[in-house]
Amino acid sequence: MLGIFASIIDGVLVGLVYGLAAMGLTLIWGVMDVINLTHGAMLVAGMLVLYLLTAALGLSPYATLVPALIGGFIVGLLLYWIAIHRLVGRPPLMSLLSTFSVNLVLIGIGTAMLGTAPFNVPVSVPGISMGRYTFPGPHILAAVLAAVIAFLLYLFLHYTRLGKAIRAVANNREAAELVAIPTTRVLAISVGIGVSLAAVSGVLIGTLFPFTVLSGDSYQLKGFIVTVLGGLGNPVGALMGGIALGLLEGVVAPFVPVSWTLVIEFSLFVVVLIAFPGGVFAPRRGAL
Amino acid sequence: MKPFCALLAVATMIVTPAFAADTSSITIGFTASRTGPLNVDSTGQERGFEFWRDEVNSKGGIQVGDKRYQVKFASYDDQSVGGRVQQLYTRLVNQDKADFLFSPYSSGLTAAAAVISEQYGKIMIDSGGAEEKPFQLGSKHLFMVITSAGHYLSGAIAALKEKNPHAKIAMVYSDDPFSKTVLAAAKEQAKEAGLEVVMDESYAPSTTDFGPIVNKIISSNADAFMGGGHYSDGATLARQMYDQKANLKWISILVAPADDKFSELGAAALGVTVPSQWEPQVNYKPQFGPTTEEFAKAFEAKLHQKADYHVASGYTAGVVLQHAIEKAGSLDTEKVAKALDQTDVTTFFGHIKFAADPKHHGLQVAHEMVLAQWQKANGEVARQVVWPTSAKSADLIYPINAGH
Repeated sequence: MLGIFASIIDGVLVGLVYGLAAMGLTLIWGVMDVINLTHGAMLVAGMLVLYLLTAALGLSPYATLVPALIGGFIVGLLLYWIAIHRLVGRPPLMSLLSTFSVNLVLIGIGTAMLGTAPFNVPVSVPGISMGRYTFPGPHILAAVLAAVIAFLLYLFLHYTRLGKAIRAVANNREAAELVAIPTTRVLAISVGIGVSLAAVSGVLIGTLFPFTVLSGDSYQLKGFIVTVLGGLGNPVGALMGGIALGLLEGVVAPFVPVSWTLVIEFSLFVVVLIAFPGGVFAPRRGAL
Repeated sequence: MKPFCALLAVATMIVTPAFAADTSSITIGFTASRTGPLNVDSTGQERGFEFWRDEVNSKGGIQVGDKRYQVKFASYDDQSVGGRVQQLYTRLVNQDKADFLFSPYSSGLTAAAAVISEQYGKIMIDSGGAEEKPFQLGSKHLFMVITSAGHYLSGAIAALKEKNPHAKIAMVYSDDPFSKTVLAAAKEQAKEAGLEVVMDESYAPSTTDFGPIVNKIISSNADAFMGGGHYSDGATLARQMYDQKANLKWISILVAPADDKFSELGAAALGVTVPSQWEPQVNYKPQFGPTTEEFAKAFEAKLHQKADYHVASGYTAGVVLQHAIEKAGSLDTEKVAKALDQTDVTTFFGHIKFAADPKHHGLQVAHEMVLAQWQKANGEVARQVVWPTSAKSADLIYPINAGH
């Protein structure tokens, strides 16, 4: 019984990080109907920032969140102008292919420069024990930081002028333009924030598990499941979706062979798509 | 001066083609996983191939009758993907005109490549795939220089039984052909040894978070762990078992701890054991090729890193092929295959002999593995041979305690 309880807590902890990782993906979709397929590469960029800055400069792993946040924002602005700007408002397939191409280039550069050998960043934070089960410190800290960042994003979107502008553009771009909101700038900033979130979650994931240049794909895939669960374009829903996915992974494991977890996850993905096309946690579109 | 230069240029033009015609070469084709999840282990194997080629060429090449042949490689990145392996091995045979083939790394990729090598009747020396299945399909040109998967954990089971005859083992492994074969055999061997297997599960090779699995291991009341698969998942498993304080007294992980990169895990690496095809501490008396000391020293001097078992097995693929070609005195595939069938030789890697019966043709029957353990000695974390006791370089540490 204690084992199941431990799995549930573990699931919530890792689910919060999954949620944060999907938040950038869903934010960009919500604002401009663009599925950003560079998301996995941006997660890996965050992991590499963590590895390089801790190994080269001896920075504390958590101190690398700041350069990842700033660097991610700048890269996001560049990504918008290079691969997204001309395609906003056009069929989603075009931006899908455009961001996919950028993703291939980024992964190619990463592979050529760094290879695909795993990197490991040892993080020493005391954990909490409950009977025979231990919740590692980095997991707890990553979950807390993910929740804090998600809360700050919520405050930003609902209580700042720029945040309200982003929500306005997400709800109705033409109406937003009519009230003099500089929509192009808002769209660029949204991509910047989305990529920032990916880079930051990459840092947090890098504190938990070893990673390679190719690790982004599996987290991007989880990001899609989380996004579908949480509702496309809904960052708060993404966090809920992340927790739901983490819980599912934790709760299912004690009862079925672990190799079935992926089957169950993707079956749920299909069921949710059929039964709740708008997402379980966000019944309406554009719920930023 | 000018006439002298012109004369020299003309002489060079005349003489160079003559030298080129004399410089015969043998082309060996293979793919390596330079990218993708098998990258770390495959890189070691490829370095072994290259180191052997450079050593052979520096000594004048392979002796075939009264002629010497330089070794040339034709190789591609298979990206750790089986589908690419079949395309590329077809290309190696048809376009690159490879005389002989080396296997890619891993059982899955080797099985895929073996279909092509058999189809075209090319000899392929397998130093990266330990699964027995491709050798049970009536192959005639496939030869394995490493110990096969069914024997990987025999040493670990025997050593564990000696330390704890009532051990409860959790077997958790990657859902790939190699790991499944190793653990299926280990399960039978554990039962025969009277050890209890309390958990037997596989996981997807792409798994990144082992948290729920580690909780399950803890719930199973296991005191020993055997499993893993290849580098990425094995290293992550070791780290998460340490982070979550799984309190295991014994950990054997396949492949990953055999790479020096595993030491990057720090304290999480300590105490972990790995079945190893070769370690620098073993000391066979070779009948052909370098001694262990010569090999290890020359490799370290050239590449500024220590050789591990993937490097050694890659090098051995070359040594065994060279031995067979020189014995056959010919480059003819069937003559070399016959020489390989008759091979019974000790190299620095150990005793090499292939099964000759049609049901297991080409399977390795003589080579023996050792069990290595990551230990801290004189402030340095390194692998030590701990089993069999006749070959040990340090005592086996049991129970391990550094947070596992």
